[in-house]
Amino acid sequence: MSDGLNRIAFATVAFVLAAVWGLPFLYSVWTAFHPEKYSANFVWNAPLTLSNFTEAWQAAPFALYFLNTVILIVTVLVANLILCTLVAYAFVRYRFRWAGFLFSLVMVQLLISPEILIVENYLTLSTIGLTDTIIGIALPYLTSAFGIFLLRQTFLTVPKSLDEAAQMEGAGAWRILWTVYVPLARPVYLAYGLVSISFHWNNFLWPLIVTNSPEVRPVTVGLSVFATVESGIEWSLVNAATLMTTAPLIIAFLIFQRQFVANFMRAGIK
Amino acid sequence: MNMRLSYGMGFILLFVPCSLLVAFTHYPAFKALLNSFWNNGSSIRPSRFVGARNYEALLEDDKLMQVLSNSFIYAIGTVPLAIALAIGMALLVNSRLPATGLMRLSFFLPTMLPMVAVANIWLFFYAPGIGLASQILNAFGLPSINFLGSTDTSLVSMMVVAVWKEAGLFMIFYLAALQSIPTNLKDAARLEGAGSVRIFFDVVMPLLRPTTIFVAVNALINAFRLVDHIVVMTRGGPNNSSSLLLYYIYEVTFGFRDFAYGATLTVLMVVILGFMAAIQFWVLNRKAHYQ
Repeated sequence: MSDGLNRIAFATVAFVLAAVWGLPFLYSVWTAFHPEKYSANFVWNAPLTLSNFTEAWQAAPFALYFLNTVILIVTVLVANLILCTLVAYAFVRYRFRWAGFLFSLVMVQLLISPEILIVENYLTLSTIGLTDTIIGIALPYLTSAFGIFLLRQTFLTVPKSLDEAAQMEGAGAWRILWTVYVPLARPVYLAYGLVSISFHWNNFLWPLIVTNSPEVRPVTVGLSVFATVESGIEWSLVNAATLMTTAPLIIAFLIFQRQFVANFMRAGIK
Repeated sequence: MNMRLSYGMGFILLFVPCSLLVAFTHYPAFKALLNSFWNNGSSIRPSRFVGARNYEALLEDDKLMQVLSNSFIYAIGTVPLAIALAIGMALLVNSRLPATGLMRLSFFLPTMLPMVAVANIWLFFYAPGIGLASQILNAFGLPSINFLGSTDTSLVSMMVVAVWKEAGLFMIFYLAALQSIPTNLKDAARLEGAGSVRIFFDVVMPLLRPTTIFVAVNALINAFRLVDHIVVMTRGGPNNSSSLLLYYIYEVTFGFRDFAYGATLTVLMVVILGFMAAIQFWVLNRKAHYQ
């Protein structure tokens, strides 16, 4: 009897918490899909509309912002995958002087990340004339201590006998990397890729500082500019723009929910 | 066992990634330290060595004192709350209740959104009059509160936003930990007559400790380096009541164009993070002794 009551109480807490958690987002969805005059006025048969989305899309160059974000993400991801693989391979497969010291130097970036070095990194970028460029946004993130750490941990689990067998067959260092180490680390590459994509899709402060012109703005900066300057106080447009810019991530999440969750867990635990 | 790294191979493997890392992590940290001993130059007057002048300014900066106290309140307020909520959410999602998939979606969705989008959503939610927060207050006959416009509520309002965004991510880590707990441990406890509450505190919680340490460290660092919502929602205001250290660095450097003081504040930030890393090291070592 009391077990049943417990269960009901537990379920109530669960549903209330989940509902409260969903409220801010649902409210934003409501406003984005209804005409301005229903934005704070809940009428069940209020007419639905997509005009907020079309109006927001036309009011700012969102297509361009999306393109910039995609270029940024691809640049960072490709550079990360290649560079982190090289460094991890060197640490795992070779011995050299100062290896331990070098590894701890790399790990410093986990703590002192580019986010807090905005002042000096901005000065560096303006010295080399790369402010207001997409490559300028990407530069501090091209190597990632997190990626190096993750791949090193994974490469360490590759059995030495596999490596030695490949050597016997006459395979060189590059062939061994490509045919032994990389295939065995595939799930980790996937996990890292997802984390990296969502991080750089969401990154805001550094791109805000580096960019000045719409031609290079990523979507997050574009959204904040749109929400403050161009639309004034029209909430339905701001909400539509907010949902529009996050839609690709939300849709991707809904499709790949299980893999996403599994990969986030993997990335966190290793 | 491993073979020696030849100079050529070492150069190919390490040169590009390590130069990039040094150029954008070690060099700027070191440069910030150097610049903190110089003043701002202009086209007419080059910058001059000023010794510890910037650090004296640091000590006399009342605004900085408020920003630091805000940052610590923010960290100490959000981290434990987000962790407690994350554990609760993980337990709910892991239970045999109906609609756990929908619950997980509701909890995890904020984590997927960029902080800028989260900030817009909450800006609307908090908006006086039109926002859902005031409408709910009005429905209960309470007066609406200007959440972001009052010095009493602005920091707490930002903390709510941070917890909303982060708890779902931590939930995932706890979910993983919960699912790795062997059921026979719980069964054994139940046979011994322990109730669900007792099982949670005496069996489950100790096994979640490594996860809690991992999550707490990440959450603490994040509390210092994620200020996107401050930029979008309050710009540190009103009257600096919601300004955090990184936002202050941003404001001083790119708002007031005071790069020398910005460098000095960066040094302070690095010292604070280093201090936290040292504490983390100490805690982890102590934990190792227990096992």
